[in-house]
Amino acid sequence: MSDQPIPTTAVPTNPEGKPAAKLRLRLEIERNPSGQGNPWWMTIVSIILALVFCGIFIALNGMNPITVYAKMLRGAFGTSFGFTETLVKAIPLLLCGLGVSIAYRISVWNIGAEGQFVIGAMAATAVTVYWPNLPAYAAIPTMIVLSIVAGGIWGLLTAIPKTHFQVNELITSLMLNYVALLALDYVVFGPWKDPQGFNFPGTPMFTETQSLPVLGDTRLHFGLVFAVIAIIVYAVMIRYTRWGYELRLIGANAEAARNAGIGIKKHILVVMLISGGLAGLAGMSEVSGVTHRLMYGISPGYGYTAIIVAWLARLNPIGLVISSVLFAGLIVGGYSVQTIGLPSSISEMIQGSILFFLIAGATIGKIRIKRSA
Amino acid sequence: MSEIPSVDMRSIVKTFGPVVANDQVDFTARTGEIHALLGENGAGKSTMMCMLSGVYRPTSGDIFIHGNKVKIKSPKDAMKQGIGMVFQNFRLVQTLTAAENIVLGERSSFWRGPGWMKNKQEEIEAIADRFGLPFPVDRPIWQLSVGEQQRVEIVKTLYRGADIIILDEPTSVLTPGEVEQLFYTLLHMKAEGKSVIMTTHKLKEVMAVSDRISVMRKGRMLHTLDKQETDERELARLMVGKEVAAIRPEASGRKPASGIMLDVKGLDVFADHGRKALDQLELRVQAGEIVGVAGVAGNGQRELAEVLTGLRSWKNGAITFAGGELKNGSVRGAIEAGIAHVPENRMKSGLAGSLGAVDNLLFKSYRSDERSTFGFLRSKSNKVWSQSLVEQFDVKTPDLDTPVRSLSGGNQQKLLFAREINQEPKLMVAVHPTQGLDVGATEGVHKLLHELRDKGSSVLLISEDLDEILQLADRILVIYGGRIVGEVSQTQADREQIGMWMAGMQGEEEAAG
Repeated sequence: MSDQPIPTTAVPTNPEGKPAAKLRLRLEIERNPSGQGNPWWMTIVSIILALVFCGIFIALNGMNPITVYAKMLRGAFGTSFGFTETLVKAIPLLLCGLGVSIAYRISVWNIGAEGQFVIGAMAATAVTVYWPNLPAYAAIPTMIVLSIVAGGIWGLLTAIPKTHFQVNELITSLMLNYVALLALDYVVFGPWKDPQGFNFPGTPMFTETQSLPVLGDTRLHFGLVFAVIAIIVYAVMIRYTRWGYELRLIGANAEAARNAGIGIKKHILVVMLISGGLAGLAGMSEVSGVTHRLMYGISPGYGYTAIIVAWLARLNPIGLVISSVLFAGLIVGGYSVQTIGLPSSISEMIQGSILFFLIAGATIGKIRIKRSA
Repeated sequence: MSEIPSVDMRSIVKTFGPVVANDQVDFTARTGEIHALLGENGAGKSTMMCMLSGVYRPTSGDIFIHGNKVKIKSPKDAMKQGIGMVFQNFRLVQTLTAAENIVLGERSSFWRGPGWMKNKQEEIEAIADRFGLPFPVDRPIWQLSVGEQQRVEIVKTLYRGADIIILDEPTSVLTPGEVEQLFYTLLHMKAEGKSVIMTTHKLKEVMAVSDRISVMRKGRMLHTLDKQETDERELARLMVGKEVAAIRPEASGRKPASGIMLDVKGLDVFADHGRKALDQLELRVQAGEIVGVAGVAGNGQRELAEVLTGLRSWKNGAITFAGGELKNGSVRGAIEAGIAHVPENRMKSGLAGSLGAVDNLLFKSYRSDERSTFGFLRSKSNKVWSQSLVEQFDVKTPDLDTPVRSLSGGNQQKLLFAREINQEPKLMVAVHPTQGLDVGATEGVHKLLHELRDKGSSVLLISEDLDEILQLADRILVIYGGRIVGEVSQTQADREQIGMWMAGMQGEEEAAG
């Protein structure tokens, strides 16, 4: 009898024989880690709540929140420059967000996309540093492969301790971010620093052959194709393949999956390899497509923002596309409000608030009020 | 006898939703006695004790402590009344030291002067010494053995001044040596005038230490007896009840059992914490028979089911299945060999609640060529196949994508059986297959098991519900302490004898092997 649910609220006792005068309610908390059981409109509600909440602070700064939001919207989506900038920012968010989503599918809480991104960028740059004269047909593919492998290995550094020594992946993946960032600092301040760079902490500029092709005279680069292919492959794999079925099963009930003969350890290793590899590819496309050099602070926190992107999308492929574009728009829109005297960190504030309301909503959504008969 | 009992619970009723856990139960404990509360799992012992210690509140009924009527609304209230409970699963903070756990929640512990903890430790050590409960007070809990952790729990109740001490299945986690030590402590507490209440299902222990024994069965109190007036045999009979199992219909019109399907030899298996769960277990199941494994929970049933289904590996011994060796610790191997599994808790380990019927039916067959090709699932044909299974097994679901957690327990179990039987298993390992089902659904499950048997498959039915085993099984084995200690055919089954075996008493006559 000890496994009976313990009511979390006081239940008024029912005097013998008499009908209960009061309705007897109790609160139950459902276990549903990824919050996928919540209705989709809760996501919209949390975005609206976040905008209202941040609006208060904008108003306190003496601005009209509506005007500010309209300005951000125009800045991010209203002009062709703004829109391509938004897409440029959406590429790393989508790739990293996809990476963490795959891990979250099976309840592996990889928060190390930031580090995996940086390591991928470093691996791609290593090609330009050590084999500067590779022709384009060899340079770009080598950079792609190495960045995926390096990001994947960075992911495995989290996965192996988890599967073999039960080390919590939240801790290792977070700590490895700092290791990666410090490694980045070392190479850009040290051995890889551009000798003609006036002491700027960055590598020499990539050559034409080491850069991803761009669309016309915009900054939109070929990385968009990687992101689109990755998302399509992910959508098909999850829905239609045995591997995807196994992931869904593990995500829905790991113990039942074990009963079905699915090796969970193996899946964790593979998933973290892919998760890290995608973030690594994002890092490659950023250095090769946007900055054309590896430099100090290469990521403005894409790996962390990707976590919110994945949550907002509820790990759904189409959702990932929408939410990464939305968040990229927030970043770009944040720049555009600087002209009217607001700090661009307004976009970070909105991002944070969205996550806050999202999690609050998911938690409240797990609480069910039940009539106990 | 005129003295006022320390605990007097009168006409206690406790319901959980539609389930009646305790039905008009009376219970008294005297000052300075060791009172054993005896019953099978689910008899309602723990629920009674949880009400006394403030974890649950009775639906109706009164509790008197030392003659005063009290309402115990929380564990804190219980503590005020001098009631302390040691739960089966300890309530300890793993990272704090033993002493810190004991003083936890104490008002005066907020502001600690220098040397405060040292004084407390000495105080705790003094109590521990007095009752013969040594443990390292300054070590964190996670470094202590299970037996030591239990001592910490007991000292915690004593430190807080409890004079009514409840122990819920205290010996289930202990080694034989630790059990003896515990009994010594209990006698000591009794000598100091404390009331000790111990819930258990082990007859030997009851007879060893208790003064009085109350026997519960299916939520009701049967008897309270003095130890001198009774013996193990009587207690065993009371515990398992004496109603006659319903004679099974169509017991004749089936194929006779033929050939050995499963042969388990000298199996040693260790549980999660290194305890030996199965000890040189021997077991044989023939093709076309239902073998029931009866026993009180925690005697190795779970590990037996896990080993047969590949979820756990064995140390020594061998399992021959359908003429071949069974792979050690391979779920895939067990599935491919033709072993189906109806797990103990279907929503926890048998079904994925958030997924629909199709995904849940695919669990074991998605690797087959009919269900997938080149790594891609055959979605369309899988849907048709699922639909036909759902119809064949009469699973009531709005559609194939409805999350199975929203189905009724009976329909969930039907879905699970549909999946397992579709695999055409040679052996089905069914653990508590009717737990939580209503009468109709229970009958449905029984029918499925019979059909499986009649088609020549074997069924290993592991259940704590002796009635169910008597009703279904052709042959009954009793497991105790990781060994099969008794065997009897369905026609010769004798509840009393089975009860003795379940409680660890080796019967004198016709000891089967």
